[in-house]
Formats: sequence, C-alpha cells, structure tokens
Amino acid sequence: MKKLSARRRHPLAALVVLFCALAATGGLYAAFAPAEKAQADSSQSLAIEEGKRLYAVGCATCHALNGQGTSVGPSLIGVGSAAVDFQVGTGRMPAQQPGAQIPRKKRIYSQTQIDQIAAYIASLGPGPSIPTKDQYSPDGADIANGGQLFRTNCAQCHNASGKGGALSNGKFAPTLDGIPPKYIYEAMLTGPQNMPSFPDSVMPPKEKKDIVAYLNKIDTSSSPSEGGLELGGLGPVSEGLFGWIFGLGAMIAVAVWVAARTTKARKS
Amino acid sequence: MSSQPGSHEDMSEEKFPERAHKHEGTVAVAESPFADPGLPPHEPRRQDIDERAAKRSERTVALLFTVSMLATIGFIASYVIFPIDKIVYIFPFGHVSALNFALGLTLGLALFCIGAGAVHWARTLMSDEEMPSERHPIEAEPEVKAQVLADFKQGAKESQLGRRKLIRNTMFGALAMVPLSGLVLLRDLGPLPENKLRHTAWRNGLQLINMNTNQPLRPEDIQVGSLTFAQPQGFSEGDPNYQSELAKAALMLVRLHPQDIKDKRELDWSHDGIVAFSKICTHVGCPISLYEQQTHHVLCPCHQSTFDLSDGGRVIFGPAGHALPQLQIGVNAQGNLEALGDFTEPVGPSFWERG
Repeated sequence: MKKLSARRRHPLAALVVLFCALAATGGLYAAFAPAEKAQADSSQSLAIEEGKRLYAVGCATCHALNGQGTSVGPSLIGVGSAAVDFQVGTGRMPAQQPGAQIPRKKRIYSQTQIDQIAAYIASLGPGPSIPTKDQYSPDGADIANGGQLFRTNCAQCHNASGKGGALSNGKFAPTLDGIPPKYIYEAMLTGPQNMPSFPDSVMPPKEKKDIVAYLNKIDTSSSPSEGGLELGGLGPVSEGLFGWIFGLGAMIAVAVWVAARTTKARKS
Repeated sequence: MSSQPGSHEDMSEEKFPERAHKHEGTVAVAESPFADPGLPPHEPRRQDIDERAAKRSERTVALLFTVSMLATIGFIASYVIFPIDKIVYIFPFGHVSALNFALGLTLGLALFCIGAGAVHWARTLMSDEEMPSERHPIEAEPEVKAQVLADFKQGAKESQLGRRKLIRNTMFGALAMVPLSGLVLLRDLGPLPENKLRHTAWRNGLQLINMNTNQPLRPEDIQVGSLTFAQPQGFSEGDPNYQSELAKAALMLVRLHPQDIKDKRELDWSHDGIVAFSKICTHVGCPISLYEQQTHHVLCPCHQSTFDLSDGGRVIFGPAGHALPQLQIGVNAQGNLEALGDFTEPVGPSFWERG
C-alpha cells in the first residue's frame, strides 16, 4: 500500500486511474445492461413496422388500413398472430376472390414476411399467438387419446379419417392429409372461416397436441396404410362404387369370357 | 380351359361321329314354316371323344382344387406367422400390413380356385347333353278331384260336424283363442318406454361438464365462435346406462353476441350469449355438430337438416320436423355453468305419442 501511495503523484498516475475507471464502468455496463432485450425490442418494433408496410399493400383493401375490417373482410383486431400465420401460411390469404369459402392455395409471402405481418396484427390487440414447435410436435403425445378427442370434436365435419367433407352452400371441411402440424394446431386455436375455434380454455394445449399426433399417425401420405388401398377414405360411397364397377365388372367380364368360348370339338 | 384352344390339330377326324345330313340336295320345304325346329343335333366335346383330353381336364381341375388347398394352408400359416404390426411395401398399394395382405391374397386364391375348378369341371367333363322336359298342366285329373271331394263330404258326415253345432262352435272358439297366448308373450319383448323419451339426465342444478377435460365449464371458458360439448355432472363412462343416457343428454354449447340472437326465448334461456342445444337431430337422431361459426348454422350429416342456432334452433333446410331443443342454463354460486332444468320437449326424433 505504501508503494502505491508513494507513486500517487507520478505523472502517469492520473492516466492509470482514468483507464481503471473507464474499464470498470464499461465492464459493469456490459455485465448489467439489458443488451439482449434492447436488441429484441428494436427487432420486434422493426418487424411490426415492416409488417405494417406489408399489411398496407396486401391486406388493407379488405381488412381496412388499421385492421378494423370492412364489409368484405372481417376485423383483425384481437385475432392474434396464430390466425395470420395460418391464413397467410396456407395461402388462403390474400384471397383470390370472395366466395362461399376461401380455399388453400400456393402461398405468396415468405415465412419472414408472414412473421412480420403476424407481429403487426398481434400488436393491434391480444389474441392467440403462434404455437411453439414443442406444442405441436407429435413427439410424446397420447395418440389414442387424440383419436378419441378427434372423434368427439372434429370428425363430424372432417370425417373419421380426416379426409374432409361437404357443408352447406358450397362450404366444405378440407382434408387434413398432408397439412403440417403447426397449421392444424393453429386452426383449432383460431377457428378459421366457418370452423369453430377450440380455445385452450375448453381444449387444453396437451389435448391439441394429442389430436395433431393422431392426425399425423393416420395420415396415409406419410404413414403406412394398414388396410391397403384407401379409395379416398370416404366410406361406403367410394367403396361401393369400386365394388360395383370393378368387382362386379370383373365377374361379368369373366362370365362373358367363359361363355364366349365353345367347348365343342368342332369349332363352327 | 387349357385343353380347348387349337384342339383340332392332334385330333383324328375318324373319332367324330357322322354329322346329321340335313342340308343335302335341294332346299327342303317344310310342311309348316313356323313349326318348332326342335333341338340341333348334339355336338361332342373334345373330352367326350378323346380320353387323353379328358384326362388332361381332370388333371387341370384337380390342380385348381389342390392350389385352393395350398392357399388355405397358406392362410392359416400367415395368420400364425405374421405379427399384426408388420408393414411391408407392395408395389401398387404402397406400405400395407403384411398380415392383412397375406390373409386377403390366400383366401381370395382359395375361393377363386374352387370356383374356377368347378366351372372347368362342368364345362369339360360333366354331361352336356341337351334334354327337353315337357310341361304338363298343374291341375289335378277330374277323377282325383271328384274322389277328394267325396272323401271330404263323407268325413264331414261321419264326424257329425254339421249336426252337432255345439261341438263345432266351441272348436272354432278354442282354435281362435289359442293364438292369444302368443300375443301376450310379445309383451316380454321389452319394457314399455313409459316417459323415457320425454326426459333426459339433465336436472335443475346439474353442472355442465366439458367432454374433453371432464371439468365443470365456466362462462369465461367459452369464446364467441367456439364449439364445446358438455355432459351432465355425475356422468361416468363406467355406468351401465352411460351410452343410452348420453345419447339423449349430449349437449353442444356455442356463444353468440347477444344482439345476434333473434329468438326472444333463446335469449332468455342463454347466459351472456352462451346457448346450449341438444346434439341429437330431431329427424332420426343422428348426432349433429357440423357447426358453421359465421352463419350459426348446424348441419346434420345424415340427411342435411340444417338448424339456425341464432334463431331458436329453427329448421331452415331438410327433413327435420322440429326445432332443436334448447336447454336453459345459468351460473351457480361457484361461477360454473349449470342447467336450470331438463329439456322442456323430447329430444331427438319424433314419435307417435309426441304430440
């Protein structure tokens, strides 16, 4: 200590003290400053800003400039980011034309742009947010329970094997084959178009995960079809048609073939 | 059928019987041009005149029956060998269950070979001689008829049926009464429905239980545009009557904006726009819950009856004869949804005494 105090009047002492003070201040700032959060906040507000721009170009015609909706498009205040991710991610929005139901088509926006629009819509009012991969991944789900829940809540419109079905006046429940788990989860959460929603308050996230896992299991585009040809999985209509045309047709053809050839020795 | 095509080459002509000499010389004019020409002369099959061909057909039929036997053994073997969860790739069908595929293939082969063998047997070896069979009138000969009538008259006379009217009338009475005992036994076919069709398990004060979570539903759980199914409190799947009781008590809950509800009674019976309707179609009792959340229409998958949940469950399309019954609901002291009574009309399809 004596050594230190003896040199306190050294010409370079002030410089050393200054360096030490600067290093300490900088170090402390680096250690305690909420650097990450500040960055996220700015990127979040950037996304909202960018999303607002995309919204004004692609969506505002029908849903109005501030998302309050018009006579042709519903209000988007409070629909949440999950609804945006579903509608734009499956290509339903932007809609090509008004009609009984807006069908799924090739999607137009990239996932980054969809996330930006979703961030803007989410900023308009609280609503269901995009589920995390952990929520909709089929890993560790109870498939049998999912099947039971699917038959109670979904099969009335989407058919017991998820192949979809007809509703009134040109509306229909689409097939669930080949739909990514995220969009199935979001559809249950938000209830797009005429589909009722199944909010977490009446169908907890665990049950949604089970249903997604069940659909993944019975989806014959990715899982084996134990029974062979499915014939569309639509039940007695397609199966009966196949039986009448091909089953009965084959029998008639064989009968004609057998009877058309004489057994007589003299072929005249 | 392998012995039929090209069978002329190795056949010696002398084995053929003589052809009937029908059309020799000038055209023969029949006496009556429309007379029955009768059967054409019988033509033999190759197997009828060539024993080697007959043997070959015999072997073919026996081979088909043997293949059928092998296929049946294969069916039993595949049932034993293949585990139920084994998946194999079969070209046009994709990934299918090995067990299902093997069972179907072997059983199909076994049945087909029995049929093909029987057809080949009948066509090549069983007799194919045409045999006319004359038709005769069904009516009995006049002598037989007269004899029967005479016998009956004599029997009636000897039994004194016509003379002793007391015996005749009591016999008729006895014969008429006997079937009544069978009629009474029909009563044992089942208990009478009594008023079962008019009541469900819902009672005043029973809480509405979410079918998904088995927890009581609260009004704040149910959002506008959502669809929820409920059953009465105290129901459990283990109960012997669970299915038949749930078939009447099944309930669907939707929430509308109160200003969207057009029917005054529906509004009175709702709680903050939450309305509870029977899930059973009033046509033939199919479960209906194809709910369109924008139009508030509920569609029945069986016959397309459509009900408007914003207008008292009114039928707007299809064969259903009655509006969908609504359950009056409220909130109990714990803040859970509860029924305020049973349905006031029978749920499900109409019946004769429904009124």
